[in-house]
Amino acid sequence: MRRILTILVEDRPGVLTRVSGLFSRRGYNIQNIAVGRTIEPGISRMTVSVEADPLTVEQVVKQLNKLVNVLKVSDLTEEASIGRELMLVKIKADPVKRSDIQQMVSTFRGKIIDVSPDSMIVEVTGDDEKLQAFTLMMQEFGIKEIVSTGQISLLRGSKTMRDVKA
Amino acid sequence: MKMTGAEMVLAAFEEEGVEVVFGFPGGAVLTLYDEIFKKGLRHILTRHEQGAAHAADGYARATGKPGVVIATSGPGATNLVTGIATAYMDSVPLVAITGQVARPNIGTDAFQEADITGISLPITKHNFLVKDIGELPRMMKEAFHIANTGRKGPVLIDLPKDLQVEQGDFVYPSKVEIPGYKPTYAGHPGQISKAAQAIRRASRPLLYTGGGVVSSGAQAELLTLSQQARIPITTTLTGLGSVPHDYELFLGMPGMHGTYAANHALNECDLLVAVGTRFDDRVTGKLDTFVPRAKIIHIDIDPAEISKNVVVDIPIVGDVRLTLEQILKRLANAETDGTEEWCQMVREWKAAHPFRYCQDSAECLKPQFVIEEIYRVTRDKGPILTTDVGQHQMWAAHYFRVNRPRKFISSGGLGTMGFGFPAALGAQVAHPDELVVCIAGDGSFQMNSQELATAVHYRLPVKIAVINNAYLGMVRQWQKYFYEGRYAHSSMAGSPDFVRLAEAYGAAGLRVASADAVTPTIERALEMDGPVLIDFQVDPEENVLPMVAPNTSIVEMIGGE
Repeated sequence: MRRILTILVEDRPGVLTRVSGLFSRRGYNIQNIAVGRTIEPGISRMTVSVEADPLTVEQVVKQLNKLVNVLKVSDLTEEASIGRELMLVKIKADPVKRSDIQQMVSTFRGKIIDVSPDSMIVEVTGDDEKLQAFTLMMQEFGIKEIVSTGQISLLRGSKTMRDVKA
Repeated sequence: MKMTGAEMVLAAFEEEGVEVVFGFPGGAVLTLYDEIFKKGLRHILTRHEQGAAHAADGYARATGKPGVVIATSGPGATNLVTGIATAYMDSVPLVAITGQVARPNIGTDAFQEADITGISLPITKHNFLVKDIGELPRMMKEAFHIANTGRKGPVLIDLPKDLQVEQGDFVYPSKVEIPGYKPTYAGHPGQISKAAQAIRRASRPLLYTGGGVVSSGAQAELLTLSQQARIPITTTLTGLGSVPHDYELFLGMPGMHGTYAANHALNECDLLVAVGTRFDDRVTGKLDTFVPRAKIIHIDIDPAEISKNVVVDIPIVGDVRLTLEQILKRLANAETDGTEEWCQMVREWKAAHPFRYCQDSAECLKPQFVIEEIYRVTRDKGPILTTDVGQHQMWAAHYFRVNRPRKFISSGGLGTMGFGFPAALGAQVAHPDELVVCIAGDGSFQMNSQELATAVHYRLPVKIAVINNAYLGMVRQWQKYFYEGRYAHSSMAGSPDFVRLAEAYGAAGLRVASADAVTPTIERALEMDGPVLIDFQVDPEENVLPMVAPNTSIVEMIGGE
């Protein structure tokens, strides 16, 4: 099954290689990965989706924890968490189809962010399921290109991965 | 205090108590070597960087202190790779320092440039590319700290050439603060109580221990636990020596070339107490047939080893020695259920199924006989034994009865041919007054025979026994059993005359081809100063038995009756 791991790392050269290398070295396949800064300077947060059984994930987490630059690893799969991915879709848009596309985009609460005579770019956020559904709907019009960020996740409620020193 | 990068490295060595380094100079470490020269630091020059890495590893295994190895950039650094990987697989503390091209040239495919931090990523515990002189003291401190704490292992520091001449402030940190690196030493008290309780209740308990006992220095606690709770012990290759060989409840090595007693005890035990060991496939055989009747306690300092290969019932993450100490406290004054019947059973297995070979004619020399004689003749000196990898390694494990930890030095996890001889040199450097014996194969020895020059250069009186069967013996054995006897490229025809090879380097060489010459020749070698190589020309087709075919149950032993 698909598991979501969040990893807090020291922002040091090579840390992404260390993390991604560990996955491939131990034979685990990363589906997507998103990396960005946190509120603490020098600390980055990675969200990694990986397709694996629980025992394998447990081993991944332990191996990740052994990396000196890794501060904390959490498996959010079973936790109450919110996950979002941002996707940009370039769609063929003949003038006659535009209003249909517009309607569909607003159903998915997306945004049209670029329009040209025969195409438009739509921005849409959501979880994996929603983005898949959106992609399916857009195929009808003809997708020219897709780019997505990979999922990022936070725990629900006031719980955090790490207390930030005030 | 202002210092250059090279001076800082030497100052850090001093802080860390480094007495000797092993290495090979080159363009990107000239400044560092100049500093070694000026400071008079003891340096052992090998003939190949791989030899230097194994020698530093041998030094570390023989002493428990981190070994230090230095190589230049590019090929110097890549030649260390096998040595670093060997140390990584057996959790040996090693600090490797490599030169790197000057910072402005990094990434340009400059002369002798190799991305050694990238290359060594999966085989080091951690590594550093130093880009700022201000970071160097901290990185040196962290390197030694990481290498020699927790589950030990190799750490590499890549030092650009221009940084070695740059000036900076040297303040050596007094303590280490690495937020992502906090090894757990004290085992969880609740888990320890559970373990103690399980031990009390078991009627057929078995201790299965490994290299962790050696690296945490837990041999005394282990023996006490075995004696008090009456638990037999089986020890893996890297754990050999941590239990006295003549101890009544010691069953020898388990697994593929393990003893009948150890493998059957694993199969019949109702409680397995795994201590500082990692359930390697060479030990477990087919996983779902391993310890079919046992509840498992696993004590290890590395949380990632817990339930990696075998799911365990009572995991304890912590230092082996401290944890055993706590278990012993909880067992004190407690009644243990009788395990005497079980102890009797394993003692009977042990007595009925010793390792066997037949040295029946004086002409055909059996390798086992050679190793047993080396043991017998040298036992009073308590030698440090190193081995290469293959048949001779297994026979050494069977017939060389080590009684103390750090006396049996062998590449277990990676199984590196060519390890034994340079490792012996490292051990001899560490213990100049002890007898160091290297048991090598004719194949393995040729992988690092150039280090004869090092032995002669530094007058390191290592005694080398080449168990020469003119084959890659273990490869040939597998070809015999599993490839219908097709000996594909396992013959070592064309090997040099080892006696003349030794002599060419200025070492002594002796040859033995018959059984009656074995003992006098070993005695003669021991009386000679300096390095001596004995070429034992043994039965070419002798096999290591018993043997468990890969991925079968460890009680299905070929030749194990």
